[in-house]
Amino acid sequence: MILLKLFYEFMKIGLFTVGGGMACVPFLLALSEKTGWYTEAQLLDMIAISESTPGPIGINMATYTGYTVEGIVGAVIATLGVVIPTVILVLCIAKFLESFKDNKYVLGAMYGLRPASTGLIAAAGVSVAVLSLVNTDAFMAREWASVVEPKSIVLAAILLILTNKVKKTKNLHPVFYIAASAVVGIVFHFAGI
Amino acid sequence: MNEYLDMFLTFSRIGALTFGGGYAMLPMLQKEIVERKHWAEPEEIMDYYAIGQCLPGIIAVNTAAFIGERRRGTMGGFVCALGVAFPSLVIITIIAAFIGGFADMAAVKNAFAGIRVCVCVLIYNAVLKLWKKAIIDAKAFVIFACVFLASVFTDISPILFVIAAAVAGILIKVLGVKKA
Repeated sequence: MILLKLFYEFMKIGLFTVGGGMACVPFLLALSEKTGWYTEAQLLDMIAISESTPGPIGINMATYTGYTVEGIVGAVIATLGVVIPTVILVLCIAKFLESFKDNKYVLGAMYGLRPASTGLIAAAGVSVAVLSLVNTDAFMAREWASVVEPKSIVLAAILLILTNKVKKTKNLHPVFYIAASAVVGIVFHFAGI
Repeated sequence: MNEYLDMFLTFSRIGALTFGGGYAMLPMLQKEIVERKHWAEPEEIMDYYAIGQCLPGIIAVNTAAFIGERRRGTMGGFVCALGVAFPSLVIITIIAAFIGGFADMAAVKNAFAGIRVCVCVLIYNAVLKLWKKAIIDAKAFVIFACVFLASVFTDISPILFVIAAAVAGILIKVLGVKKA
């Protein structure tokens, strides 16, 4: 039964993918070779769509693959397959941590985890910044004059001021800035097309 | 409003507004969960996020499950995890069914190039807020600097950093080791 198999395959992908959505790509590639449910070209489309829609990339990929294989029911089953087993694992760990939350070893671990978490997020921020503010092709070709994307830098500077310095706009919901940036991106052709 | 429904809808909103990987979820978590709903302290978000990185599965889903479990036990964990996944299900299904070549449209590409700039700024602001809570002394700064530099300049899996940082934290706090 294909739905059961779909659930099982995505459960496996969920349980073996560590560290974010794109880490599941090799598994999806292997799945396409094994089952023939979708082609490699379709997988590339799925990755492109998953990256250009809101939502966690891993969930987007599971939904899209499930839909390609078995329509809406397939999309639901594949998503649940990715979500449910790992959630059970998280729940066990959360309960364990709760009962030991005043334990000195747990407190010590948390003391180390918080700066590490901040470091990981800052590093992720740097990689998005490189992607959106720096023209990597120009960097590789050593054309220093066109290395920075001027439009992106201007937008980033304006956003930084609005979110930190201006009293009236500082506490606006992030979605306001995301929507505004999408409009600016379209109006000023940020992708260069 | 029914509390489970409130949790589901709040996490659906976060899922629908997360552009990019799990880290892009952070500004939304700070706004919705910490500032608006007061469901978690900023420090807790960091703990969940660090642990969520080390567990298999999708970071955003793991973080949501952690917050939900803390608030309303097992059921809460499932409600929040499904809430964060729900918008993807709807949006992707619509795109897959009706909009061919969505990712190739000029408007979509331009909009996302703009959104990415915004996400950088939002993450930068989020890190500033976290900084005040996490970098409380020089040893914490050393841990931050090591993890940050290693993740920018190497391809080593973040799991190793998280485990090493937890061990360093235990060594510093419990055993009173002077240098991490």
